[in-house]
Amino acid sequence: MNIAVLQFPASNCDQDAIHVIRLLGHHSYYVWHKDGGLGNPDAVIVPGGFSYGDYLRCGAIARFSPVMQAVKRFADDGGLVLGICNGFQILCEAGLLPGALVRNRDLQFHCEHVFLKTLNSETPFTNKIPVGKTLRVPIAHGEGCYFADEATLDGLFANHQVLWQYCDVNGSLTETAIPNGSLRGIAGICNERRNVAGLMPHPERASEEILGSTDGRLIFESVFAALQNKATARAA
Amino acid sequence: MKAKIIITPKKAVVDPQGKTVQGALEHMGYTGVGTVRVGKYLEIELSGNDQAAARQQLDDACRKFLSNPVIEDYKLELEP
Repeated sequence: MNIAVLQFPASNCDQDAIHVIRLLGHHSYYVWHKDGGLGNPDAVIVPGGFSYGDYLRCGAIARFSPVMQAVKRFADDGGLVLGICNGFQILCEAGLLPGALVRNRDLQFHCEHVFLKTLNSETPFTNKIPVGKTLRVPIAHGEGCYFADEATLDGLFANHQVLWQYCDVNGSLTETAIPNGSLRGIAGICNERRNVAGLMPHPERASEEILGSTDGRLIFESVFAALQNKATARAA
Repeated sequence: MKAKIIITPKKAVVDPQGKTVQGALEHMGYTGVGTVRVGKYLEIELSGNDQAAARQQLDDACRKFLSNPVIEDYKLELEP
């Protein structure tokens, strides 16, 4: 598979994403934010970082970069798009995902490992995650508190668009397991069509033994499996 | 002309900065302090003097870019 990883000024997890994709035996390449096209990728990753210095709001300026028009077209055509951390913020600002990420409830920047419960294993981003498995993945953000109005939150749960919630080590949803004040403990969501997803935790930083967890791999492997299925279906 | 834009978090959005500032004001002994909301203030210099056109343009910019309607409200004032 061939994965495009976007680069904005002050993206800083782009290399990590490229590294993990290649580690898992696939191809990946950078796309500069001023490019009007994406090349011909099988999927797009909007990586973490502090695009445009988080000026105005996180992701607010990056969403108007030329490359985001191409990402919108790619998503409209059904292409898979995964936003990680700042990438999640950018996708929300761009309207590709509902809601917004605001300042952590305790005003602190949180850089720590958290536990995630996967709520829906039937999406291109979660199909390789065993049901009931708690993922251990790091977060590193100051503005990761997920907010949406009550009706939107109800809709997200009703449509099974909430992919991950923060939980404790046992997989229980508790208030103290939520590191940032996210409403209903939301760590990651997808759109209705299930081809665009975003999460605040960093799966690319939890994909090698040396980093203390390989749980993040399951998310990338899910994407590759979904792409493989799509390719097989197309060939049949 | 000059535009003055005030952006504040919506009432439904918890504002931890505002709460912290409120707590600090109370701690310092200032009495009668109610809810504090911390927002942003932008001043934009504008050429031309067509207020209606400027308002229309800036309203559009506020909705699309300067504020995020999911989490923020804005107030726009124009000065000659």
